[in-house]
Amino acid sequence: MAQLRIEETGRGIAVYCSGLWQATALDEVAGTLREALAPLRSYEITFELSGIERIDSAGALLLQHTQRRLEAGGNLVKMEGVDDDSARMLQMVRQYGHPGMDFAVASPGFLAQTGREAAEVLANGMGITAFVGRTFKAFVNLLFLRVGFRYKETGYQMMESAIKALGIIALTIFLVGVVAAYQSAVQLKTYGANIFIVDALGISILRELAPMLTAIVVAGRSGSSYAAQIGVMKMTEEIDAMRTMGFDPYAFLVLPRLFALIIMMPILIFFADAFGMLGGMLIAHTELGLSVTLFTDRFTEAVALKHFWVGLVKGPFFALLIASIGIYRGMQVKNDTESIGINTTKSVVEAIFAVIICDALFSIVFTKLGF
Amino acid sequence: MRPVIEVENVVTRFGERLVHDGVSLHVNAGEIYGFLGPSGCGKSTLMREIILLEPVQNGTIRLFGEPLNTLSFEAAQALRRKWGVLFQSNALFTSLNVAENISVMLREYTALPADVIDEIVAFKLDIVGLTPKEGQLYPSQLSGGMKKKVALARALALDPPLLFLDEPTSGLDPVSAREFDALIMRLRDMLQLTVVMVTHDLASIETTLDRMAIIDERRIAAEGTLSEVKEVPSLFVRTFFGGDVS
Repeated sequence: MAQLRIEETGRGIAVYCSGLWQATALDEVAGTLREALAPLRSYEITFELSGIERIDSAGALLLQHTQRRLEAGGNLVKMEGVDDDSARMLQMVRQYGHPGMDFAVASPGFLAQTGREAAEVLANGMGITAFVGRTFKAFVNLLFLRVGFRYKETGYQMMESAIKALGIIALTIFLVGVVAAYQSAVQLKTYGANIFIVDALGISILRELAPMLTAIVVAGRSGSSYAAQIGVMKMTEEIDAMRTMGFDPYAFLVLPRLFALIIMMPILIFFADAFGMLGGMLIAHTELGLSVTLFTDRFTEAVALKHFWVGLVKGPFFALLIASIGIYRGMQVKNDTESIGINTTKSVVEAIFAVIICDALFSIVFTKLGF
Repeated sequence: MRPVIEVENVVTRFGERLVHDGVSLHVNAGEIYGFLGPSGCGKSTLMREIILLEPVQNGTIRLFGEPLNTLSFEAAQALRRKWGVLFQSNALFTSLNVAENISVMLREYTALPADVIDEIVAFKLDIVGLTPKEGQLYPSQLSGGMKKKVALARALALDPPLLFLDEPTSGLDPVSAREFDALIMRLRDMLQLTVVMVTHDLASIETTLDRMAIIDERRIAAEGTLSEVKEVPSLFVRTFFGGDVS
């Protein structure tokens, strides 16, 4: 460690420096130098450096920095006992040093911050518009058969982002079915209205819970992976490479993902319906003593088919929102690692938020239409 | 004086593939030492073993006399502060600006006041040939040559006695590459560094390296100064230095 001894002499103050004056060993002396020497004015201060075993540029810069501060306070500073090594280092920091350098970044004022965020919102809006436009253009190109449909890629995306999500979706909605049934069972039992659990579960799961939970799981699982994957492809210039080969990224990356989710989402919701009802059926049987036949009879009788269709119809819309938000966020990744994290997070948060808004709109529309 | 790096009988195997079969070499203090060899010969793997990124599977590597395979956590941490590493792709932290990239170890490992750290950063920027006003820029705003220099300044942040460079001149234009060679030699003299580099660049091999090891066929084909190495009868040496492509 670097060491320091400060003594008052007849003529002024002597500072004896010793030990290792190296970057990682300077913490204590840096503090002491600052505290003990800061109040001095018009003294003659001698730094005795002969005890220094080793000095690096950080040590030399600290000495130089201290000397400058003391001289600014009207003191006279001398360096004594400077050996070759120290002299070389002190000379080097004199030659290459930048006294008083300050790298602190001023935090922007309120107005600047507001302006910056407004500009960001605007750029984001323009980005979304451009994204929708380009995707649409790619779709038109596809319709007029200017480019082929990417069957393989679409199939691969169906597998990766939907079929492989079946397990977790089934488990989630099964447990939600169990929980919903269990809570209703307690209430219904008190009224002796056991059989109505079928109505309650049927309508809530088919209409709302299954599509919603499927969308949330898909957004968290597949939407985020779109954002991260396309973001990294952007950083590694893979997307630029595709462009130079004449592969439109909107046709090769965006449309297959959009189609894959739009096609698969209703199927996922269908499975979610089944597993949700299964969970409910299990609890209806164990808690309320409803047999499976009784449950299914009541189900076909009391739960209209329209509830099933309402739930299913939402699927493609949710899919469109989740896929396009994930892909758009991936495209927004800039050339630094932090923006991958930010955009992946945003893709999930925004997708879930959009899905909930969309669901609310559907609720109103379907009610008004009498479904 | 004891060599800074001693590699003895290192055997490395990845699955079925034998990368090193008894590699031994040593690097003396104050040298600029090069690892040479054809692509895939395990130069970078050897360097990664020396800087504790890969475990030493067999054999011994000693840095400053300490064997790497028996290091305690504290000893390993202390050792990591004694070297700086310049990666081939620079590996700058993209979310930090230049000054923050260079000061990151100073802020983590020391309690120095911020104004002293800023002066250390400015000094480091100056010695690698940049100006302090570049400190506010982010890595994405820099050219390839500047990124290299920033990465070098970051590697030198704690004034380590040992510097590792992985293909430092790859991706630089010839003029910048020769400038970079000159910079390395100047810094070696200024800061009394020991430099170990993996390189393919003939010009920098000829001008900068004091000694070198050629790794070929899983072993050290040759070790020594350029003229000593050129004498060694090996196909790689002949094609590499002699332009013999037969």
